[in-house]
Amino acid sequence: MQLRFTEADERFRGEVSDWLSDNLAGDFSSIRHRGGPGDEHVFVEERKAWEKCLAEGGWTCIGWPEAWGGKDATIEQQVIFNEEYARAGGPGRVGHIGETLTGPTLLAFGSEAQKQRYLPGIRAGKELWCQGYSEPGAGSDLSAVRTRAILDESTQSWRITGQKVWTSLAHESDFVFVLARTDPAQKAHKGLGFFLVPMNQPGVTIRPITQLTGTAEFNEVFFDEAICGKDDIVGEPGAGWKVAMGLLGFERGVSTLGQQMLFQTELDEVIRIARENGSSKNPALRQRIAEAHIGLRTLRYNSLRMLSGGDDGSLSREAMIYKLCWSSWHRNLGKLAMDVLGPEAELLESEPYNLGRLQSLFLFTRADTIYGGTNQIQRNIIAERALGMPREPRGES
Amino acid sequence: MKFSFTDEQLMLKDSAEGFLAEHAGSGVVRHAMVSQSGIDEALWDKICTEMYWQAILVPEAWGGLGLGLVESVIVLEQIGRVLAPVPIAAGVQSVLALRTVAHHDLAQTLLTELAQGKLVALAHTAARPHWGAAGVEVVATETNDGFILNGEARFVASGHSADALLVVAQLDGDLGLFQVTPDQVGVTLSKTPTMDQTRPMGLLQLSKVTVAAAQCLAQSWRQHLDAVLNLSRILIGAEQVGCAQASLDQSVAYVSERVQFGRTIASYQAIKHKAADMMLKVESSRSLLYYAACVGDEALLGTASEEDLREAAAMLASSAGDAAFFCAGTGIQLHGGVGITEEYDIQLYFKRARSMEAYLGRPDQQREVLATMLLDGDDGHAA
Ligand SMILES: Cc1cc2nc3c(=O)[nH]c(=O)nc-3n(C[C@H](O)[C@H](O)[C@H](O)COP(=O)(O)OP(=O)(O)OC[C@H]3O[C@@H](n4cnc5c(N)ncnc54)[C@H](O)[C@@H]3O)c2cc1C
Repeated sequence: MQLRFTEADERFRGEVSDWLSDNLAGDFSSIRHRGGPGDEHVFVEERKAWEKCLAEGGWTCIGWPEAWGGKDATIEQQVIFNEEYARAGGPGRVGHIGETLTGPTLLAFGSEAQKQRYLPGIRAGKELWCQGYSEPGAGSDLSAVRTRAILDESTQSWRITGQKVWTSLAHESDFVFVLARTDPAQKAHKGLGFFLVPMNQPGVTIRPITQLTGTAEFNEVFFDEAICGKDDIVGEPGAGWKVAMGLLGFERGVSTLGQQMLFQTELDEVIRIARENGSSKNPALRQRIAEAHIGLRTLRYNSLRMLSGGDDGSLSREAMIYKLCWSSWHRNLGKLAMDVLGPEAELLESEPYNLGRLQSLFLFTRADTIYGGTNQIQRNIIAERALGMPREPRGES
Repeated sequence: MKFSFTDEQLMLKDSAEGFLAEHAGSGVVRHAMVSQSGIDEALWDKICTEMYWQAILVPEAWGGLGLGLVESVIVLEQIGRVLAPVPIAAGVQSVLALRTVAHHDLAQTLLTELAQGKLVALAHTAARPHWGAAGVEVVATETNDGFILNGEARFVASGHSADALLVVAQLDGDLGLFQVTPDQVGVTLSKTPTMDQTRPMGLLQLSKVTVAAAQCLAQSWRQHLDAVLNLSRILIGAEQVGCAQASLDQSVAYVSERVQFGRTIASYQAIKHKAADMMLKVESSRSLLYYAACVGDEALLGTASEEDLREAAAMLASSAGDAAFFCAGTGIQLHGGVGITEEYDIQLYFKRARSMEAYLGRPDQQREVLATMLLDGDDGHAA
């Protein structure tokens, strides 16, 4: 059991932080600390430019194999990169879905041609992706997707029809991966396909959905005979569920430690305000601030355990609790921030509805316990997979 | 950075788990619980002669295994899981105290004896109302050729069965550390009846006890007491994690058997979600336990600061204390009526969780320690 990074790892850390301090400067200074969850709508053009700059420096997709432009970075190096990125105030990555979801999925399940077509665009920070899983009738129960994909042999293409919803950043994306039904006679997780679909085409319509923060990061996406190539299905028709689930496995990973650095800056801010406005004297708030501190450190050691074990990539018990753990922690931090601010918490920065950073935090962290599998679904998963308790009964249809 | 066990540590965990599964079931606990010593002598003997856990933290120079805190918590987690009625935590606590004065001949003798299985207990406080230095009620007065000790120490872990005692006493505005044996004139040692019967405690009363100068291990020991108690909190944290894990395991086993409304109660979501919350707390405090043990090892080597150790111990004590109590309490609820009976073991864990969370400071007091570090200094906070 070893807490410290090796000297070689620390040298790597120096390399990352040097590059970031040289490059996240000048015109890019304005986007430091911006564009994270709840703040995705700001500085989009600048962040797209930044993504390309990062790519040219060789700092996108570092965990990918060298053959695909990555650095074959070890887990430790990826952790370090994410930590330094967050420490430097690196802006929310517009390319993160491509790098952390599409890429690993193609590397694991994609054909050679798909890798050649799509990986370079992600690596170069030029092609952005979004995730088309949820539908109005398929939220927690993803296997209820109804979007249809029909193979048109005459044009050698798939035609996709249906509706996706809550699609984050669809309006900024070049491609979407879509879970759609290839065989309508099959139910639930059977008869699905996983498709790679260009967004910029007549068959795709995007409508933004305004959130409780007054801003719009997610969208409804309508597919009306939208087209992708015959070869743009990952895996066989009918095997989409396996691919879709594999992808969700990649979702929990090395970026968590970078995420925690952001959480730390948020907690630091709350502590700073508490010290300044005297709420640090309130015994109940003192308890909650200490608890927040313990919780954040717990996240760190949970993820270090998670990243240190299971070389085969299998989900360990620590990994199963991770989402529930961080989402609940972050949501509680949002409320703590409001309570520490006291009456000031209610005051807007400006009209019409410009929220302060902590107000956005408070409001948007309510989403943390919903997206990517709600807290209830996480508890079901823990009980069933980690503790071996019986599965939830399913209704008909 | 490899925040997981080495092969040797994994082996230690497996062997501890296997040994205790074979030799320390509920029957052993229940038998020892009502005995005078509260210790299962046969089991303790077997541990001391075959497993050497009593010697885990004793440096090799004095016949110990020379291992660290990580290894200690690996064993203690398993001890906590089965509530093994052996005074290992008490002994390890004394080893920690003796290591602060390891240059002293007497300390070396005691370390050697501890490694051989003698029980030395640390009598550090009366905990009235506070643990630690503020609660020390034994007073030492210097004489021509030694000291006289008066006063009492309470909650001495396994103290009533000890072969020797390390007594912390007020001395000239600081604290002294003395060795006392139960047969000395003026020493009264008795077992304290406690609500939790699985962790026996002793009461040490000292009335005009004369100790020779050679029995004084340190005259300014206050600075060390904090560190020893923080390291002790890590040992207790290990038992708490074990206790929480066992509460979860026993509850899941029970709800998987029990049928109501035509299905096992494990199939109800209200039950599953409680079990999931229990596991979340178990795993989270286990992560903090391993972190704190690493910091503890660094503290023993002198490479971690006092603040780092205090912070790690407070975080763990808060988290593991709450986890053990939550899991055992929820465990009773999931058992229904049988959870209220003497017969089922979950009540033993519930009582044990209560006694451990209070020992050396409740979780809310630990959080206050952290709040002071985070909110009251002038220089921001330790990130
Ligand atoms: C900010 C944000 C961004 C998102 N981005 C994307 C995206 O980019 N792409 C995408 O595909 N999706 C995205 N989503 C969708 C997200 O994954 C879903 O919202 C989520 O899976 C929950 O589905 P739902 O909203 O339909 O809620 P429902 O499934 O209807 O759940 C409603 C409530 O019922 C509970 N519930 C449901 N089933 C059970 C059960 N079996 N047991 C106990 N309780 C249950 C839930 O926990 C919840 O409390 C996003 C969502 C949000 C909030």
